[in-house]
Amino acid sequence: MNNLIIKQYYGDYGEIETGAASTISTETAWHLWEVFIRSKQGLDHKHAGSLHAADAQMAIENARDVYTRRMEGVSIWVVESKHITASNPDEAGELYEPAIDKVYRHPTFYDLPDEVGHM
Amino acid sequence: MQIQDFEKIFQGKIDTEVKIEPKDWMPDAYRKTNIRQISQHAHSEVVGMLPEGNWISRAPSLKRKAILLAKVQDEAGHGLYLYSAAETLGMSRDEMIEQLLTGKAKYSSIFNYPTLTWADMGAVGWLVDGAAILNQVMLCRTSYGPYARAMVRICKEESFHQRQGFEILLVLSKGTPEQKAMCQDAINRWWWPSLMMFGPKDTESTNSDQSMKWKIKRKTNDELRQQFVDMVVGQIKVLGMTLPDADLKWNEDRNHYDFGEIDWNEFWAVVKGNGPCNKERLDARNQAHVEGAWVREAAMAYAEKKAKKLEMKVA
Repeated sequence: MNNLIIKQYYGDYGEIETGAASTISTETAWHLWEVFIRSKQGLDHKHAGSLHAADAQMAIENARDVYTRRMEGVSIWVVESKHITASNPDEAGELYEPAIDKVYRHPTFYDLPDEVGHM
Repeated sequence: MQIQDFEKIFQGKIDTEVKIEPKDWMPDAYRKTNIRQISQHAHSEVVGMLPEGNWISRAPSLKRKAILLAKVQDEAGHGLYLYSAAETLGMSRDEMIEQLLTGKAKYSSIFNYPTLTWADMGAVGWLVDGAAILNQVMLCRTSYGPYARAMVRICKEESFHQRQGFEILLVLSKGTPEQKAMCQDAINRWWWPSLMMFGPKDTESTNSDQSMKWKIKRKTNDELRQQFVDMVVGQIKVLGMTLPDADLKWNEDRNHYDFGEIDWNEFWAVVKGNGPCNKERLDARNQAHVEGAWVREAAMAYAEKKAKKLEMKVA
């Protein structure tokens, strides 16, 4: 079975753009996973990179070997890349437009007398 | 919008130091150049494990063995960061591996030289990784985001590689006459191939101009090579060893060291596949790929079986 390998961006799935896509059989190809690492207790998990693995358990073990060899993490999340939906950079203008003209959402918008002190 | 408009927006981002990310529009040639460069960089990390793997079972002490194992494991990790970065440009991992195994894709020629003595582990770490680091520090600021991020991670880990290499040589340089001779011999053999790692001279490098305009590269081959020579000349004094170049001398006017001419015939011969170990390296990669096939297939079959069981349970 010759499936077309589909370009897999970080957090994107299912678009073909260039002629670079290949027709190698995917029967044994492991899935692509995104890896998120919590570097220490109390901090957010942060995207560290991606890797291939047959299943979630293997993805965690590979992530440990690849991304935490120097104690960079205390917790690992993995999610198959195809489950991530990403916003489209071409639509960034419309998407973020509502935030542009609302400067009054920032504390510095308000001019208060010095006597008020730190607020 | 016309294609020219896209190109203008793209070059505008490059000029103002805004990184290009996977989903952004980019010229086909930019995509292709990055795929080629990043995948070949990845292949170099992977093939680079072979000359050092040669010495894991023969390291002189348990400490050195543990260090070498950690270093080789790092190289595997570096290969993986880079393959992942290249994948974001639309080429599958399988296709990249296939290009490596069939010899279609190149990797750094330096790994086609043999590692004959233990001192070579020192010279490889100090000179070869030292040369690679100069290149990689520059690439931390490359314009393609995933490539730059992979480089930042790699540079953090690479510094240990160079230091452990220098330390190996430092110990040998204070050893018996035989150990000192071994140290000097390794430096003699690795010096010129290390200089070749920076590629052809600027006057003969075809891809350089466009790569500089796109900020994939930020320094030319000759600039990096000069930086390397200046750095090593200072460090070798600590070892009390010499570099095998009679033309090496300080140039007051240029504020740099002058150095002798590289044997470009040797350079091109190794690039074209006629180095001392080209065939051996490719054979080793192919053998590992074939012999590992059953593991990849078994892992997939196991994952599928487990998923099916889970499905039945849920139903």
